[in-house]
Amino acid sequence: MTLALYVPVASPVHRAPAGLKLALLTGLGAGLFLIERLDVVVGALVAVAVVALAAARLPLRALVAQVRPVWPWLAVLLVFHLVVTDWRTGTLAVTRLLALVLAAAVVTATTRVTALVAVVEWLVRPLGVFGVRPARVGLVIAMTLRFVPLIAERAQRIREAQAARGATGMRLGMLVPLLVQVLRLAATLGEALDARGADAPVSPRDRRAGAPAP
Amino acid sequence: MRWGRRGAEVTAAADLPRTALELQNVSHAYGDRPVLHDVTLTLGESRVGVVGANGSGKSTFARLLNGLVVPSAGTVLVDGLDTRTQLREVRRRVGFVFQDPDAQIVHPTVAEDVEFGLTNLGVPADERARRVEDMLARYGLAGHHDHPAHLLSGGQKQLLAIAGVLVMQPQRVVFDEPTTLLDLANTRRVARVIDELEQHVVVVTHHLDLLTGFDRVLVFEDGRVAADGAPAETLRWYVDRLS
Amino acid sequence: MKSKDLAYVALFAAIVAVLGLVPPVPVPGIPVPITAQTLGVMLAGSVLGARRGGLALLTFLAVVAVGAPLLSGGRGGLAVFVGPSAGYLYSWPIAAFVIGLLTQLTWRRFNLAWALVANLIGGIAVIYAIGIPFTALFGDVSLTAAATGSLAFIPGDLVKAGAASVVAVAVRRAYPVIELPARRPAAAG
Repeated sequence: MTLALYVPVASPVHRAPAGLKLALLTGLGAGLFLIERLDVVVGALVAVAVVALAAARLPLRALVAQVRPVWPWLAVLLVFHLVVTDWRTGTLAVTRLLALVLAAAVVTATTRVTALVAVVEWLVRPLGVFGVRPARVGLVIAMTLRFVPLIAERAQRIREAQAARGATGMRLGMLVPLLVQVLRLAATLGEALDARGADAPVSPRDRRAGAPAP
Repeated sequence: MRWGRRGAEVTAAADLPRTALELQNVSHAYGDRPVLHDVTLTLGESRVGVVGANGSGKSTFARLLNGLVVPSAGTVLVDGLDTRTQLREVRRRVGFVFQDPDAQIVHPTVAEDVEFGLTNLGVPADERARRVEDMLARYGLAGHHDHPAHLLSGGQKQLLAIAGVLVMQPQRVVFDEPTTLLDLANTRRVARVIDELEQHVVVVTHHLDLLTGFDRVLVFEDGRVAADGAPAETLRWYVDRLS
Repeated sequence: MKSKDLAYVALFAAIVAVLGLVPPVPVPGIPVPITAQTLGVMLAGSVLGARRGGLALLTFLAVVAVGAPLLSGGRGGLAVFVGPSAGYLYSWPIAAFVIGLLTQLTWRRFNLAWALVANLIGGIAVIYAIGIPFTALFGDVSLTAAATGSLAFIPGDLVKAGAASVVAVAVRRAYPVIELPARRPAAAG
């Protein structure tokens, strides 16, 4: 699985374990919200930027692209604080969020999807007591990524079929046939999962222990 | 009759009492809608074709053969294994190829999808990699290892779906209308793939020429077997009945 | 969970993602253009029910977290989970679960009215109840200020709740996915 936000370069940050990077990110998030000193928060922002550009060797463009969606929110927040409280509280709130968003962007840009999915599978392991099987969590994530282009394609086909019969701009009227079609598809995919052994997976350990070979 | 190499091997090795698909007084209904009525059959042939109108019960019949559907009444035996009680072993023995490859491809990229079934079987990583590469090469997908599945052509998608089933090395393969969504060139390609298989196959289809050279053909009608015999005469009977 | 349920969960996670690709629709008389993504939250709950609907949205968030740019406007990665609007994201699995629960409770007599009730409570009340305090906390602003700021989105959300309800009732008729445990013969007789 590969996605647009990963930036493939060789760096120590890229090589660091995904679990460690996520743990550091969580720690940074908690720390930043406990600290009320502007100089420390600005220092954190600078440190994250140095890690991003120097240690992880990420292009500035990739970072800006990930942080850009948050700009309008930060601008609104700063204006609000200038009007209601004071510039210091405003700068503190904005810098804090910017540091955190940038750090999150670094983790996303330096970690492969497969590694992050493995961390997700590891994180849900305690849920095993409720019958959650970690490997299935990875499978559902993979199926989601498989379904996205498929649904977009089916939607396009239904739009064309409706346009051919003179319907225009009927966005809502498209949803019902689309949903029924993809629900049928998902039901068959469920059967295919069973046919390919997903309902009774064998772990390599079981197999070595003498479960019948395929 | 063509006895595949693999078929003969397995028969000897597994030392099973019977090597056939057997349906004993099988009836099935979805809720209160009956689809199959008291079907009894023994299929020992290497190549079996199944035809019939939409809703005649042939798709349900196909799903009975690897336990995707467990019959409401009666028994289905695969090489002597009951699909009701020995489901896991039956699934491992019988591969299933669906009509719509989009409903069968699970993973977003090609190699990952072929590997899926092997992971479920608990095959070790190095052997998985080797078997996946073999399959990709055999079905003309070697250059598409990390290719997104949705960018493949319709024919390539069906070949990927077939590769994902065959990589698990089943001893029998059931095809449910494998060429219905394909153009002529790809239909021929899939027909050749089926023809070259060593495994025993059951093919449900509307494309009658897919069944030339088969050992036996069944015609389903209203949930019953209306005709059963050699392909030439059975298909002639079926076509006459439609006209 | 059966394999089919896993497929349904993945399907609706993907539907929410695809709705994020739909460009925002400006509607006359409504100050903020309508984005389609929360329509997906409502549909997940009202088509799949509580458990599968909630899991579908958790899956969606996991897929966004591992870096898929599937949030409306092509956003993704971990960065979106720490912004001032992140609370709205966290509310989605809960919203889908609540909508699903209300839908299941009224399933036998489910109609447009019940669908609206479920979507207004789960799809609007729950989302704002979680999103607004989060904005206040993360942006260091007062609750009232955060609530006032979100008022502009209410008209669009009302339109979406209506649309989701119409679609949910139609899908129930054509392809019902929610299955209630069969009534015991004693209760039926």
